[in-house]
Amino acid sequence: MDSKRRDFLKIAGLTAIAGIAAPSAFNTLLKGEANASAQAVADKACPAVTGKRYGMVIDVKKFTENPGLADQCVSACHTIHNVPDFGNKKDEIKWIWVESYSHVFPENTQYKRPDVLKDMPILTLCNHCDNPPCVRACPTKATYKKKDGIVGMDYHRCIGCRFCMAACPYGARSFNWRDPRGKDANGQPFIKAENSKYPTRMRGVVEKCNFCTERLAIGQIPACVEVATQTKALVFGDMNDPDSEISQVLKTSFTIQRNPAIGTRPSLFYII
Amino acid sequence: MIEKALKGSTGYWVWMLFLLSIMGVGGLCYAQQFNYGLGITGMSRDVTWGVYISQFTFLVGVAAGGLMLVLPYYLHNYKAFGRIVILGEFMAIAAIVMCLMFIIADLGQPMRALNVMLYPTPNSMLFWDMIVLNGYLFLNVLCGWVVLQSEYKGIKYPKWVKPFIYLSIPWAISIHTVTAFLYCGLPGRHFWLTAILAPRFLASAFAAGPALLMIIAMILKRNTKFDVGREAQDKLVTIIGYAAMLNFFFLGCEFFVAYYSQIPGHMHTLDYLYWGLGHGDEVFNNLVPFMRASVIMGLAGIGLIFVSRAKQCDGLLILSCALIFLSFWIDKGLGLVLGGFVPSPLDYVTEYYPSIQELGITAAIWATGFFILSILYKVAISVKLEKEI
Amino acid sequence: MYGKGRIIPALILFLGLMTTPMWYKSGDAGKMPKPEKPKDYTECVAPTAYMRTSHMVLLNEWRDDILREGGSRVGKTANGTEYVRSLQNGCMKCHNDKKKFCDACHNYTSVKPYCWDCHLQPKEAM
Repeated sequence: MDSKRRDFLKIAGLTAIAGIAAPSAFNTLLKGEANASAQAVADKACPAVTGKRYGMVIDVKKFTENPGLADQCVSACHTIHNVPDFGNKKDEIKWIWVESYSHVFPENTQYKRPDVLKDMPILTLCNHCDNPPCVRACPTKATYKKKDGIVGMDYHRCIGCRFCMAACPYGARSFNWRDPRGKDANGQPFIKAENSKYPTRMRGVVEKCNFCTERLAIGQIPACVEVATQTKALVFGDMNDPDSEISQVLKTSFTIQRNPAIGTRPSLFYII
Repeated sequence: MIEKALKGSTGYWVWMLFLLSIMGVGGLCYAQQFNYGLGITGMSRDVTWGVYISQFTFLVGVAAGGLMLVLPYYLHNYKAFGRIVILGEFMAIAAIVMCLMFIIADLGQPMRALNVMLYPTPNSMLFWDMIVLNGYLFLNVLCGWVVLQSEYKGIKYPKWVKPFIYLSIPWAISIHTVTAFLYCGLPGRHFWLTAILAPRFLASAFAAGPALLMIIAMILKRNTKFDVGREAQDKLVTIIGYAAMLNFFFLGCEFFVAYYSQIPGHMHTLDYLYWGLGHGDEVFNNLVPFMRASVIMGLAGIGLIFVSRAKQCDGLLILSCALIFLSFWIDKGLGLVLGGFVPSPLDYVTEYYPSIQELGITAAIWATGFFILSILYKVAISVKLEKEI
Repeated sequence: MYGKGRIIPALILFLGLMTTPMWYKSGDAGKMPKPEKPKDYTECVAPTAYMRTSHMVLLNEWRDDILREGGSRVGKTANGTEYVRSLQNGCMKCHNDKKKFCDACHNYTSVKPYCWDCHLQPKEAM
């Protein structure tokens, strides 16, 4: 028998043995592992409840019942956070704003809709996704997800690449195309009345709603929610606390999220 | 070796001065942008990336296109590319420099650009893009320069450079793959969310890069004694032709998926780019003429490039390469990035028109690229001619 | 080296000219700045020596801790006085005159921090 043939037979024999033994060995080896990964899959489908996760329920009908309320929410937020108003769509910066149903839920294609839906003001803001694409995209960790579920921004670190804006599937982010502290042609400042407790932003960074993290820290509720307190049009709270108001609302009302199919798991819920 | 770039004909100096003047005007535009902010461009809240990022995307392809020369020459020992391969490597250098300049031009806070390295973020594709682009720049400067210098000294290039040359081959694939990943990993942007984006990027890159190279080689052939050779020329025609066909095949796949599945999100952008998107009472179609021209020019270019080879007609070859290059420049340097923003996540349509300053900066970056390219090619050709003739 | 006779003297001349500002002002520290300290407070959040050299480090630590880690917005001095860990709402409460405090040293050392591009300075001093 020449050496080549012997080598071939050796290899063939070994391969056969390996072929027979491998699957069972693999199974024994991976048993623990397999169970663990099955657990991981289960965890992902139904995340373990640890710490806080802030969320908001928007009861859309209440805004029709209380005309002007939506705009009050917007202006409260924008005043407190020194959000500039440039008076044009191109430079526009907004943290929370009013849209119509067909723009907030473009994926929904009801053949006929209730008439009230047509002019219903629907508040739109950052969804503080549980799985935020903007955070994945940011090359400097200038935007990040905090332990309490809030997707935050560090304006000091933002390089203004606007990758997060391309990544955000909800159009919730705005860029400072020009100096927000500037003045328009008539000498009117873009920030009408500065809130001395909160900073402005600078040219060339991205900004968005921060779920009023600075107010939560001192025991206040978000500005927009505060405006809507009496009507309960907005309910804000820790969704991981079973006794919180928002948990109760989510359990008793049917809510929808914006574009849930893309796996971002938004923390904003709408009652239509 | 670099001193070769300091001796040239009047034509050479006029060309360089012309490029410098464009760079000067663009520099002034950039000063304006730096002082006012990116609001000076045509970009808006809905269309957040414009001509800068689209040029960047296209030029990554031009840089990766150099692979089509390096791979046959070094990996398959295809000797006919001996004279042209250095042109491919040097074109990659110029293209990558342009890419980096376009990214810097697009940043809202360019002074903080180094934050990308200061806070490395492996989950961001832009972080990886920074690594692969700079790495590719380094590899091409190293390999191109060392090999040319050895030739200048009349010796074979040192052995240690060979691993770097081999590394540059997969690296070229990586730069365009990662650049495609910038787009195709974003949920909610249907037009970009396609697994075929990276292959399509590569196909168009392997056509557009060599096409530009071929045009330059033809210009050199007419104006200098430098001739890349008939065999290399004919081989490049095959490469450009098939890569371009592949690109159109991939584009056809996109059309099939969108229009056969009838998923609105997939159809909207193609509607906007090729037919005009009806939205409310309006029809938005500002890119339609360009995109249609792109398809016609590309297909005509593919046909003509093979005719030019059969007839051995250099004039026709230049024309067909120019058609293919322009076609892919429009497709990727215009439609791909701008189209992705239409419609917006909130189903609005915002059309984008670049501003004068934006175009000035863009022209200046292209001029800088050609400036670098001219210097590098001047050196390379002087060395080659000196040694061979 | 080719052209040694001209290159080396020219290099020395170049270096000499480049460093004139240093020769010209060597040994003269200029007029030392005297940042005006708040009159009503005697204690800062950290010892003066540390604050003088590292206040910017402290600000960065506060920022990262509060923004990212959800850290406390309130700190305590060595003597137990509570303060807000914030430039705009903390530091500037006591050091309420940016011109006389921050700018005094920053101008002297030719440092241009971008704090005030976003943060608002106390109204009185604007």
